[in-house]
Amino acid sequence: MNKTEKVKKLIIDKPLKLDCGKTISNFPLAYETYGKLNEEKNNAILAFHALTGDQYASGINPITNKEGWWNYLLGPGKAIDTEKYFVICANVIGGCMGSYGPSSIDSGTNKPFGTNFPVITINDMVNAQYHLLEFFKIKKLFSVIGGSMGGMQVLQFVSNFPNKTHTAVPIACTASHSAQNIALNELGRQSIMADNNWSNGFYEENKKSPDKGLAVARMAAHITYLSKKGLQEKFGRKLQERDDLKFGFDADFQIESYLRYQGSVFVDRFDANSYLFITRAMDYFDLTKQFNGNLSKAFEKSETKFFVISFTSDWLYPTSENREIVIALNAIGKDVGFAEITSDKGHDSFLLDVPDFLSAVKNFLKASYKKINEKRI
Amino acid sequence: MKKEFNKIAKLISQNSKVLDVGCGDGELMKYIYENITNDIRGLELSKHNVQKCIEKGLTVIEGDAEKDLKQFPESSFDYVILSQTLQAFLDPENVINELLRIGKKAIVTIPNFGYWKVRIHLLFQGTMPITENLPNEWYDTPNLHMCTIKDFVNYCKKKNIKINSSNLNFQNLFSDLGIFIIEK
Repeated sequence: MNKTEKVKKLIIDKPLKLDCGKTISNFPLAYETYGKLNEEKNNAILAFHALTGDQYASGINPITNKEGWWNYLLGPGKAIDTEKYFVICANVIGGCMGSYGPSSIDSGTNKPFGTNFPVITINDMVNAQYHLLEFFKIKKLFSVIGGSMGGMQVLQFVSNFPNKTHTAVPIACTASHSAQNIALNELGRQSIMADNNWSNGFYEENKKSPDKGLAVARMAAHITYLSKKGLQEKFGRKLQERDDLKFGFDADFQIESYLRYQGSVFVDRFDANSYLFITRAMDYFDLTKQFNGNLSKAFEKSETKFFVISFTSDWLYPTSENREIVIALNAIGKDVGFAEITSDKGHDSFLLDVPDFLSAVKNFLKASYKKINEKRI
Repeated sequence: MKKEFNKIAKLISQNSKVLDVGCGDGELMKYIYENITNDIRGLELSKHNVQKCIEKGLTVIEGDAEKDLKQFPESSFDYVILSQTLQAFLDPENVINELLRIGKKAIVTIPNFGYWKVRIHLLFQGTMPITENLPNEWYDTPNLHMCTIKDFVNYCKKKNIKINSSNLNFQNLFSDLGIFIIEK
């Protein structure tokens, strides 16, 4: 059996009008589920992935044979306990793990879309994933949760579907992508486009992909996911398998070698055009602007209980930006909790073994789930 | 449970909306949540205490009362509680004004510097008083603006703050703790 045949897909036949003006229909949304949906169908959580994530949040990814990206948080007995909750995670549209994306075949040309794929937004991603609720006949989710771009989807989901989830946990994210983050994404995109193999996005026809450009994009981005202190402590000025500097441009330092490795393994699992489209979606995300400068209005119709989490060393989506979400919710008297978790691991903290973070999520979900079940009785 | 928790809880009506400013590890919130109203949340500066509140399943916002109260709209809570932290603020007057703005009523408790044990300590020992409610030495105390029950009453008079004195016992000499319900 072909590996990609293991990928679960929901074909969305209803037309979806995208923010760019185009309408798509009959498109695939690849997803995975963890745990069991209970009879009352009130234990479902929709988890949203970040820029380079996919539907394989827990266990082993059958395509890459690597561990799921949220293995620390999600699984049996973990903070998002799949013995208790039913978790759905979908690959975003624009992605490259089975969902409708730039490497999908354009029925008009019988070739991959490449850069002819429509520019999608966080709003489009969320609207596509909403169909999963209908598919599983879930009236109301127990929770929506995600970090980074996943957190942006959490915010957009509650805004679009105010009464479709009891709780929402946006982690290490923002309601409005900052100039610094747009700049960093642009750096990555230009790196891909500067690779001759990119061929304006139609590289699949030439069977040569812009691996070097994509690897450099990943290297630059990877630095932004860490913190200065974390890098210094882990690598310092340690040399890579040598006793002295070699007076050349090989990877003398461990940090160089590490970044090169991160870049090289990334190209095996990720599509360069998907990287362009998804970073664009992040840049376009401005929930505050969607509500004419008043973020509170995004949540006005919602009774969802929020828990916002940020990390001390995250300079990509700093506490101040996460706090904006809290302020907007408090300004209209909504139910919101907030914690800034101490960690030296930078933005990546939400993917790593940070005990205070894991226990905060676990305790919030546990208490909220208990309350919801008490109310029903 | 601290003995004043019960007294504070009795001042709050059922099913009202409450904010506990400087909620600590959430003991008071938990008591109120379980016995009086489940519409309660806290604001807390200490990360350790924030985790303790989350462990208890309580809603807590990590933040600083001196900066973060301004995000709450006017009269958005039926009660705002400030339990034994007023004296630790850099600008207690600003905090009181914010409490009165966001709460229809504010419940403020203060360790009373006019309590007889405090007076005796200072009078006979000649050193800064150390009691159950004032456990620190002068050099490591978080308390910047100590006052007595009489001081607080005078302050409210001066600023036209209404003291709703029912259930209260203003004995400057005989109370180690002052408990006030105040409103604009």
